[in-house]
Amino acid sequence: MPELNLTSAPAHLRHGSNIGQPLTRRDGVLKVRGQATYAADNHPPGMLFAVMAVASIARGRVTSLDVAAARRHPGVVDVMTSDHKPELAIDPEIKTNPFVFRMEVLQSNEVRYANQPIAVVIAETLEAATEGAALLAPRYETLPALVGLDAGESFVPPVVGVGNPTENHRGDVEAGLAAAEKQIDAIYETPPQYHNAMEPHAIVASWNGDSLQIDMPTQGLMLSLARVAELFGIAHDKIHIRSPFLGGGFGSKGLMAGPPVLGIMAAKLVGKPVKLVLRREQMYGPVGHRAPTRQRLRIGADGEGRLTALDHHARTVSSTFDDFYEPAADASHTLYAAPAIRTSHDAVRVNTGTPLFMRAPGEATGSIALESAIDEMAWACGIDPLAFRLKNYAEVEPITGKPFSSKALRACYEQGAARFGWAKRPLQPRQMRDDDGLLVGWGMGTATFPALMFQAEARAVLRRDGSGAMEIGAHDMGQGAWTALAQIAADELGLDIDRVEFKAGSSDLPDAGIAGGSAHTATAGAAIHSAGAAVIAKLADLAANDERSPLFGAGNAGVIARDGRLIRRDDESRGEGYSEILARADVAEVEARGTGAPNPAAMEEYAMHAHGAVFAEVKVDPELGQVRVTRMVGAFAAGRIVNPRMVQSQLFGGMIWGMSFALHEEAITDRRSGRVMNANLGEYHIPVNADVPPLDAIMVEEHDPHVNALGIKGVGEIGITGSAGAVANAVWHATGVRVRRFPIRIEELLTKL
Amino acid sequence: MKQFDYVRPATVAEAVAAAAQPGAAYLAAGTNLLDLMKGGVSRPDRLVDVTHLDGLDQIECLADGGVRIGALVSNADLAHDAHFAKSYPAVAEALLSGASAQLRNAATIGGNLLQRTRCAYFYDAASRCNKREAGSGCDARDGENRTHAVLGWSENCIATHPSDFCVPLVALDAVVEIEGRNGRREIALDELHRLPGNTPERESALEPGDLIVAVRLPAAARGFAAHARYLKVRDRTSYAFAVVSAAAALQIENGKIVEARLALGGVAAKPWRARAAEDVLRNVAPTADAFQETAWRALTDAKPSGDNAFKIELARRIVVRALSLAAAGTPARIAALPASPFASTSGAIHARA
Repeated sequence: MPELNLTSAPAHLRHGSNIGQPLTRRDGVLKVRGQATYAADNHPPGMLFAVMAVASIARGRVTSLDVAAARRHPGVVDVMTSDHKPELAIDPEIKTNPFVFRMEVLQSNEVRYANQPIAVVIAETLEAATEGAALLAPRYETLPALVGLDAGESFVPPVVGVGNPTENHRGDVEAGLAAAEKQIDAIYETPPQYHNAMEPHAIVASWNGDSLQIDMPTQGLMLSLARVAELFGIAHDKIHIRSPFLGGGFGSKGLMAGPPVLGIMAAKLVGKPVKLVLRREQMYGPVGHRAPTRQRLRIGADGEGRLTALDHHARTVSSTFDDFYEPAADASHTLYAAPAIRTSHDAVRVNTGTPLFMRAPGEATGSIALESAIDEMAWACGIDPLAFRLKNYAEVEPITGKPFSSKALRACYEQGAARFGWAKRPLQPRQMRDDDGLLVGWGMGTATFPALMFQAEARAVLRRDGSGAMEIGAHDMGQGAWTALAQIAADELGLDIDRVEFKAGSSDLPDAGIAGGSAHTATAGAAIHSAGAAVIAKLADLAANDERSPLFGAGNAGVIARDGRLIRRDDESRGEGYSEILARADVAEVEARGTGAPNPAAMEEYAMHAHGAVFAEVKVDPELGQVRVTRMVGAFAAGRIVNPRMVQSQLFGGMIWGMSFALHEEAITDRRSGRVMNANLGEYHIPVNADVPPLDAIMVEEHDPHVNALGIKGVGEIGITGSAGAVANAVWHATGVRVRRFPIRIEELLTKL
Repeated sequence: MKQFDYVRPATVAEAVAAAAQPGAAYLAAGTNLLDLMKGGVSRPDRLVDVTHLDGLDQIECLADGGVRIGALVSNADLAHDAHFAKSYPAVAEALLSGASAQLRNAATIGGNLLQRTRCAYFYDAASRCNKREAGSGCDARDGENRTHAVLGWSENCIATHPSDFCVPLVALDAVVEIEGRNGRREIALDELHRLPGNTPERESALEPGDLIVAVRLPAAARGFAAHARYLKVRDRTSYAFAVVSAAAALQIENGKIVEARLALGGVAAKPWRARAAEDVLRNVAPTADAFQETAWRALTDAKPSGDNAFKIELARRIVVRALSLAAAGTPARIAALPASPFASTSGAIHARA
């Protein structure tokens, strides 16, 4: 609930009315009843169905397509190919900003990766379009595919992630290693992974003259809109994108990918609304993935178990035609207080769709390697893994020397360890068995994720009927934005949540920034906070300047908004309802806008990260090598928790991603053809319910006065960090076998057990 | 998708006639066939829907003490039939370890027998596959093949049969009743699936039009009820095909094994009955040493077909474990995680069958 002060930034007083409450999902009933309209549920009149034909080779060019056969198929309306398509306003190969990635929209007959779209068949039915695509029977001129981490000459990319330096160092790593009493030098490999959101990428596009209506799941309404505007050469205000619900995104729906652009092109070509939905296997190519890595960690420690040096190098891959490099080694920047740290990356180019952001890009891949290596180092030093981490606890950010804006990691370690019962862990591996003779192991990992913010705007309205509205083009990708952001809005407007009309998920609302980087609640929340404060200030002006109001002369500084009333701060018996103020002023409503953005000064001064500690128990069959996680406890400190129910759900999700990383997920690529051979949810394993153990996520209290006005850090991705390493370390502790290739497979354990 | 005729015959005879024509395929639950059609792996001209045929959805106790399972009985219904599960516990355990609850509710017994391999190169229409297209070659042979066959494979095909259900069935001498153009006949389940040899495209002994109408288990199979288990090692706890599995069934009298049955899954193009290994156990005490020897005998002829040598060692260990579990006695009720090495762990609370 805001206190207003026109002379300085609004301070935030809370009375516990909305923020902090474990509200259930406001969209939950809609979803359970199947009434939530996802993109592909839209069927405008006259809509046609488009189906992509995709390349079965990874490198070469298409030499022929049997377009005639496809056209002859009953129901087929048109076949869009590189020779027959609407022209785009700009070349899709041009990168107009760092968030623009190259896409394949039939601009040539070149094939750069398997599952690249090579044609689109548009038909009256999905079945006809599907068969039309099959009838194209493409022929190719095939070149040898570049596959894997050793596909070719390596190079040092100019940047990794989003503009991160490729190399970083502080102190003298070689000297630190030379001086070390104990050293480890180990190589860890992580596989390519695919987002596999339950909802595939989908679009329903309708042109009306030069206006464009789009239904499409997106994590970035405005970025998508800007890209569409640029590609089709139309003004922003001619485009309307609706994205009220996403069936998961995990980073794959953040930026405009090629397939939805093809849907828009198809609609333009045939002059009718068109729906294009990717098939599951078509998601293994044109919509991003996590690149594989091979990471070498060299760590030194002195006789007391204090780190002397940490050297983390990551090899990864990018596509042959664009640049995104999984910043895996950067995971070593923030956690452990080594006096000398060096991180570096190199890469090779392979025939793959460009890797992109996926579930803590870099943080997750780096974390499983780093946490495994730290565990190995602790063992080499003969120190308990938790004690070792505490011994090397970073009081300032190791790579920069900056203080942390807040860091309750010690409390995470303490609370997590206590809940898990870590103190009873034997130091030696392979010491514990359960009643059935299964090997039992306990492992831990430290979690960390940067507290990021982007830029956002919101519009707030207070109405004469006593209700309010908050408008922001925010994205609910399943994380609970419909609920958590509405809670913030209600507090900022001083209204009960039921009196607030919260609008989101549409591009005609103010820009909420991207739902990525675990930054959405902080970013959109900051904009809502600011818009709410501004509209209350306007309302307070009306009252304070009106001598008929009990608040006359109170001044903004002396007013608080609560339960639909403004109240004098110095005399809470004097107040007036919003309705009365607006009625007397004879206005229907007051409105105001606000913005949320990172504070550059604070960012310069502080390192801002969420932290956590994850503890895992696994059981391993001592003869058969099958592994099962039986217990996980995570304790996370991520600033202000807006809705503990939603946050717990996100933390659980992240912990499950972590066990999935350690034990399950892997795209198996044929090394000759470059095709992913398990491009389906039957064979690309993610955990099923039976894999998921009882989970416990402790939300450790943390107050952060620097990250943003609301004190919110992100919780979307931190759960995967730490968790993957905790599971891997537990497997070692159960078996005494250190597996450094992920996911951990039965055969890696079988013969060594 | 490709346009096809859909026919729904009223009688078995009509069904056989309709399916005998080239390009026809039987449709039951379609849990495998529809995926194959969507992927362009199977492109039938005509689907003959047998789900409306009368009399194929019964579980009948036969006068001779055996059981006859209609081809349209669902996996779930059979597994949850209390009398059946008590009489043939390893079969129920195998059924419940397969697929997901949703699939088990839909999938039929007859269809389960005829499900196709999960070899990724068979499903990938752009790969060479002798099974999908005779004589085209086998891209699995030098491909990603950690899950492929270690027994009975040929240079032409290294695919495995993925069924769990068939493994205890073949161990228990199940018989398949077939209605064909020349009337009814029956064959041992062990004879139904073929090893690839030079003709991996010929997967079974069925002729065009042949319809499996029932599976029978003989009365003798009930004699193993007290000592029968199915064990399945997977890459995840549930909803995964076996890396290797085994069905073990023993008749123990006065501390000695009178008769033993052993079959392996996930190792060959057919459910693999290990008859020679069974002989090791005749008239011996159920000891770890005997089970070790049995395991070695069962895998004598095994050889890796690629990056899968581990499956041979894994198979040996699974045999030992399955026999040990069987010797210890069939549990009173099937565990929450059927056939899993983790069947008895407390962490199974999420997975009540």
